[in-house]
Amino acid sequence: MSEVKDTAANQERTALTGNEAMAEAMRQIEPDVVAAYPITPQTEIVQIFSTFVSDGLVKTEYVPVESEHSAMSACVGSAASGARSMTATSANGLALMWEILYIASGTRLPIVMPVVNRALSGPINIHCDHSDTMGARDSGWIQLFSENAQEAYDNMFQAVRIAEHPDVLLPAMVTTDGFIISHGMEVVNTLDDRVVRDFVGEYKIPRNLLDVDNPITVGPLALQDFYFEHKVEQAHAMMRAKPVVQEIAEEYEKLTGRKYGYFEEYRLEDADVAVVVLGSTAGTAKVVVDDLRKEGIKAGLLKLRVFRPFPYEELREAVKHVNVIGVMDRSDSFASIGGPVFSELRAAMYDMDQRPLVTNYVYGLGGRDVDLHMIESAFRELLSIQDSGKVEQYVNYLGVRE
Amino acid sequence: MAEMLEIRWHGRGGQGAKTAALLMAEAAAAAGKHIQAFPEYGPERMGAPVASYNRISDEPIRLHCGVESPRYVAVLDATFVGTIDFTAGVPDDGVIVINTTESPAEMRPKLGLKSDSIRLYTVDANGISQETIGRAIPNTPMMGALVKATGVLDLEELLEDTKQKLEKKFRNKPEIVEGNLEAIRRAYEEVQGE
Repeated sequence: MSEVKDTAANQERTALTGNEAMAEAMRQIEPDVVAAYPITPQTEIVQIFSTFVSDGLVKTEYVPVESEHSAMSACVGSAASGARSMTATSANGLALMWEILYIASGTRLPIVMPVVNRALSGPINIHCDHSDTMGARDSGWIQLFSENAQEAYDNMFQAVRIAEHPDVLLPAMVTTDGFIISHGMEVVNTLDDRVVRDFVGEYKIPRNLLDVDNPITVGPLALQDFYFEHKVEQAHAMMRAKPVVQEIAEEYEKLTGRKYGYFEEYRLEDADVAVVVLGSTAGTAKVVVDDLRKEGIKAGLLKLRVFRPFPYEELREAVKHVNVIGVMDRSDSFASIGGPVFSELRAAMYDMDQRPLVTNYVYGLGGRDVDLHMIESAFRELLSIQDSGKVEQYVNYLGVRE
Repeated sequence: MAEMLEIRWHGRGGQGAKTAALLMAEAAAAAGKHIQAFPEYGPERMGAPVASYNRISDEPIRLHCGVESPRYVAVLDATFVGTIDFTAGVPDDGVIVINTTESPAEMRPKLGLKSDSIRLYTVDANGISQETIGRAIPNTPMMGALVKATGVLDLEELLEDTKQKLEKKFRNKPEIVEGNLEAIRRAYEEVQGE
């Protein structure tokens, strides 16, 4: 994250929690419709936003629905009617939206949704892991992960542009780590309202239900005849989202001075060993990388920002010189070959002539704290794998009681 | 400040430990620092022991793990003495500020500190807030005491920023804003150290 530069964006240095930053971003985007249901740790986002509505700061139609299933259904209806629509959720709330997530993406509606990552019950837990959004990785939604409150704020505006891009037209979720970021206060450089308004622009979708001159059918039956074509077109749209992500990031950097892409490479260019990580733990791991570098160990890090579309070609290129990679997953995929980030990155590397060795660390489930020592111990293991040339175990549980 | 400062606040649900950490962070941010403020969340209920944390630094803060060895500890409730180990992880050059009517000399033998070089401060934050705000809400006076004991912030900067924040929150109750500012100032003056 770079400091405020003298850019046209007229930025203001503020102290905000992750939830406050996302609610502020929503105020500045000023969607036409927000339909939401509260769930910890997301609740504050829509609670704060609802005060913006009642204070008359936004003209948004706020729909206090009775469940997340209804929240997403209302967004589907309003987005199809030509209204920029948003909601927000966490964990079990996302799970309750499940069937409508697929309807939103299959109907090609660019709904944007902050998801404050939280473990799925049971046992009941309110703290961070990524099992909620990782479970939704095949739901056809674009997924942007955030390391801190600043990135959460910045990702919101970019998500709107990516989702609504005429080549894309897919819904997007922007994640933050529950409590760690959502309830943690940090310095956030906020943009001027006018700058945001110009950046996100007007909500324009090619067809909408209320355009009576051009009547259309939304949500029709498509059986053996056309369902397959719909899905392949959706897959193509997700692939087309990739260059759009990069294009929007470059435009945003010009505006704010803050650089975004598919991922961030931290001291990776000459690294022998590296971790791949997403979310708030990337920050902690960067401190470990710096400490190891002081010892002369060539440690590096890759922080994945975009999980869907999965940037496998760029990832391959970025890690090709690394000897050993430790992929950190904050969710598990029980008894498969590792967590979701691990299995996808490992598959992406299959065609490389010279592949890095790769192992998986599943960590932080249910909010288990991951500290400097744990990450350092993972790096030490990567070094011993480098010496032995052998990965003994695919999945390692980091910081769990034996 | 070259190092990153870490503060741990101990209180009971309702005493304002979380708010103290947030106000402290906002004041430090307004003074140009990089900050973090985060509470430790559990099943929240009035009266249960809670903790919250600050990190303050001149450099951007990347750590997103818990605070293990805070140099500064603020204890909002004297009943934690002997029941909760609020000294855990405090280094030898640490500073502990306790809300109590007892003096540091009376308090020290009760704590079993691992090092004599840990500095101890006490202040009657309940008494001060009772007199200035009208109820025993010790968080803002403890901020004043902590600033005096540690020098992490300038008193006037803290007062100015807290005033702005409270004026927003208590638009129709100017007496609450004034009471809190007076509480911070009095605790700053009355805190005793050894």
